[in-house]
Amino acid sequence: MFYREAGQFKASYEEDQQIFTIRQDRVGFYAILAFFFLAVPAFANQYWLQAILTPVLIFSLAAIGLNILTGYAGQLSLGSAAFMAVGAFGAYNFMLRIDGMPFIVAIILGGLCAAAVGIVFGLPSLRIKGFYLAVATLAAQFFIVWALVKFPWFSNHSSSGVITTQEIVIFGFAFDSPERKYLISLAIVAVLALLAKNLVRSTTGRAWMAVRDMDVAAEVIGIRPMRTKLQAFAVSSFYCGVAGALYGYTYLGTVEPEGFNLDLSFKILFMIIIGGVGSIMGSFLGAAFIVLLPIFLNVAMHSTLGGAVPASLAANLELIIFGGLIIFFLIVEPHGLARLWQIGKEKLRLWPFPH
Amino acid sequence: MQFFFEVLIGGLLSGVLYALVALGFVLIYKASGVFNFAQGAMVFFAALTFVGFTEVLPAWFGLEEGSKLVFALAFVLALAAMVVLGIATEKIVLRRLVNQPHITLFMATIGLTYLVEGIAQGIWGANVRGLDLGIADEPIGWIMDSANILVSKFDVFAASVAGVLVVSLALFFQFTRVGRALRAVADDHQAALSIGIPLQHIWAIVWGVAGFVALVAGLIWGSRNGVQFALTFTALKALPVLILGGFTSVPGAILGGLIIGSTEKLAEVYIGPFVGGGIESWFPYILALGFLLVRPEGLFGERHIDRV
Amino acid sequence: MMMNDIAQAAHAQEQANGRRVGDVILDLQNISLSFGGVKALTNISFNVREHEIRSIIGPNGAGKSSMLNVMNGVYHPQEGRIMFRGEERRKMDPHVAAAQGIARTFQNIALFKGMSVLDNIMTGRNLKMKCNMLQHALFWGRAQEEEIEHRMKVEEVIEFLEIQSIRKTPVGRLPYGLQKRVELGRALAAEPSLLLLDEPMAGMNVEEKQDMCRFILDVNDQFGTTIVLIEHDMGVVMDISDRVVVLDYGKKIGDGAPDEVKNNPEVIAAYLGTSH
Repeated sequence: MFYREAGQFKASYEEDQQIFTIRQDRVGFYAILAFFFLAVPAFANQYWLQAILTPVLIFSLAAIGLNILTGYAGQLSLGSAAFMAVGAFGAYNFMLRIDGMPFIVAIILGGLCAAAVGIVFGLPSLRIKGFYLAVATLAAQFFIVWALVKFPWFSNHSSSGVITTQEIVIFGFAFDSPERKYLISLAIVAVLALLAKNLVRSTTGRAWMAVRDMDVAAEVIGIRPMRTKLQAFAVSSFYCGVAGALYGYTYLGTVEPEGFNLDLSFKILFMIIIGGVGSIMGSFLGAAFIVLLPIFLNVAMHSTLGGAVPASLAANLELIIFGGLIIFFLIVEPHGLARLWQIGKEKLRLWPFPH
Repeated sequence: MQFFFEVLIGGLLSGVLYALVALGFVLIYKASGVFNFAQGAMVFFAALTFVGFTEVLPAWFGLEEGSKLVFALAFVLALAAMVVLGIATEKIVLRRLVNQPHITLFMATIGLTYLVEGIAQGIWGANVRGLDLGIADEPIGWIMDSANILVSKFDVFAASVAGVLVVSLALFFQFTRVGRALRAVADDHQAALSIGIPLQHIWAIVWGVAGFVALVAGLIWGSRNGVQFALTFTALKALPVLILGGFTSVPGAILGGLIIGSTEKLAEVYIGPFVGGGIESWFPYILALGFLLVRPEGLFGERHIDRV
Repeated sequence: MMMNDIAQAAHAQEQANGRRVGDVILDLQNISLSFGGVKALTNISFNVREHEIRSIIGPNGAGKSSMLNVMNGVYHPQEGRIMFRGEERRKMDPHVAAAQGIARTFQNIALFKGMSVLDNIMTGRNLKMKCNMLQHALFWGRAQEEEIEHRMKVEEVIEFLEIQSIRKTPVGRLPYGLQKRVELGRALAAEPSLLLLDEPMAGMNVEEKQDMCRFILDVNDQFGTTIVLIEHDMGVVMDISDRVVVLDYGKKIGDGAPDEVKNNPEVIAAYLGTSH
């Protein structure tokens, strides 16, 4: 009875087009934003900030990127981690080689590098579809990682391509503590998520979905499949690139090309499957789920088995649960957690009545 | 010149290994239209199960370690395990996803990969194991003596096994009643059902055969490289093989495997030094990519025509 | 089946008033199309005049859909010329056709199943939207104005087709008849000058057919849109068409006003078969 739309009429198209059309949703959203921007940095401990919240934000961004490509535009990609790598190494090199390069600009440039590479590896999508395209993205994944290791220029001639990211300084203000790194990540992710949400409900987003659903029909109404698909690759890779840069600058501090491997690409794919393919909010839910699951498993095993838990058992259990969950979600709720959330809200509208 | 031949032959023979894994893919794709990304994991599972059994059987039944009996028993048990795995996969996963788009099925098999790996290691442990098939990895004497080219006995054995397998499978699909039924099922499930083909039996047979192929592939791979987790992802190389050969062609899988194996090795040896080596990790994929742009259905695959 | 009397009367009135059927806008000359060894169309020539309703009829497999596909560039004929508004157009791509003002519907409904009715029809406005991706991402100012502007146009189409109540429904959930209507809406949203309809009334019941007829006639009357229509229902064809083309086995066997074509012995033979 609290979650009712009664009395809320949309009197203009402008109102109908808002992201949150129900007032309760809007209020809830601002509350959540306030919580994450103000309350969390003040009260959360270091562990939560460093090991949970920051990576969840970063992976959400990468998941949004993959969602744009695979969820909205329908082009399956198994190479998201490689684009993250391009963003990370791109930003690093811009910061390194150009004096006085502002951090935000470096991140954007890193993202643009990733976008450029994304367009190149997206060209095959004009002629091939489905899992053939997935194999092409595998080519991107392996080639990019190999190139970043083999050409020492990328890692400033360090061994095996390891780079240590520079300090983040914006307008003389150093972002060195976990709270500050969390906040800068939050700010960047929030802005980019908003832009993504706008994109997907605009003409661009509709063109993507049209190409996903039936590209012949899309062409007949004047949508150019080539441009649309390459746009999707570019935007998606940009997002993954920025996520990769943040991965290096605000999360790990030290990264290497091998760290952006196929396993990571699969992880991101799992995030969007579990979170909800084709949903911006689903990207956040999926990322949170995948990051929290191993931690949760660890805690659960410690409390049930007590004492030392063999690492191999934990690792195997993780594999089994990940794999099982993917299959479970694909069978039971292919639209993922986002859909479950929506169903929950629907029920909430009727609460306390059952139907 | 002989160095070139050595590399070429080495490449061809490693291509045979890829082809063996690709064969499993082709079988399942032909019969159910599902692209089983988990094939590599299944090869790993097969190999690990076999090795696991060779280790525990002597203890359970007081048999002599390394004996032919243990081998045979382990093989049979591993095969049984593969069939069970296949049927379970079909019942629990694939049947529930029958009407979903192919992408969904594909993603489910990615999940399956992780699941199978986890189960395999959970049961048998994650240590790297050796697998001894009793065939030495040493050069064949007379070739070495006459032409001074290194050709390993083991590789030739693997190639012959693969050859026999391919020929029998090709014959099976072409000439037997079950083979024809399989092809019908691959084409159109509903139609096959409506002419009375028992889908469940067919799928059981397919997964059984695919399991057998996976086991053979697993034994040979495991012998070559040891049975370890990495096996799952080495099997990814089978994907470019399939693209070259066509997803539905048994001879295509072999030909594709040979091409990928040889070009990969040759590229590594002859182009590699100019760029620092390690080309093998991506060369087959780029090659496959090129193929996709020029001939998307592969050398022997079927052309897909979209009706507007 | 007859369309309802009111519409019929109105149409007769229009015809009596002498509707402004104009010059030839689409001229197909000696079109031949084959797929591999199969000849879908053989040496077909006919034209379409502005503002008219032209029907293409013929038994199944006669090549009618192929003809439509040739008209909007989905298939490229091996031989022949296509003149659209006086310009040669044989190698046209579908999106070029769309830019030229040609819109169409498909026999098997080509809606975007993942989107709502409103979004599907909005995609029809695609060519008229001028903002770029960056503007869309910011969604402020120009992009928002444009979205609202086009929303208003789309709402006009929705009102015209009487589908207001389902505008937010995902199209996958709609019954067949409504899906066909939405597809028509998407084509109309582009404000086409030439509308190609591939069996718009297939699988509909009597009431749905009457509604669809009404919409087609209204589109032609109110907006002056030229319509080329593939349809199996002879009653509809004879009632609403200005001229009819008959195809059989990829060849043209009849061309002219409905009455002429109806009495053409070859046409009758094609449909009913000849006695041996």
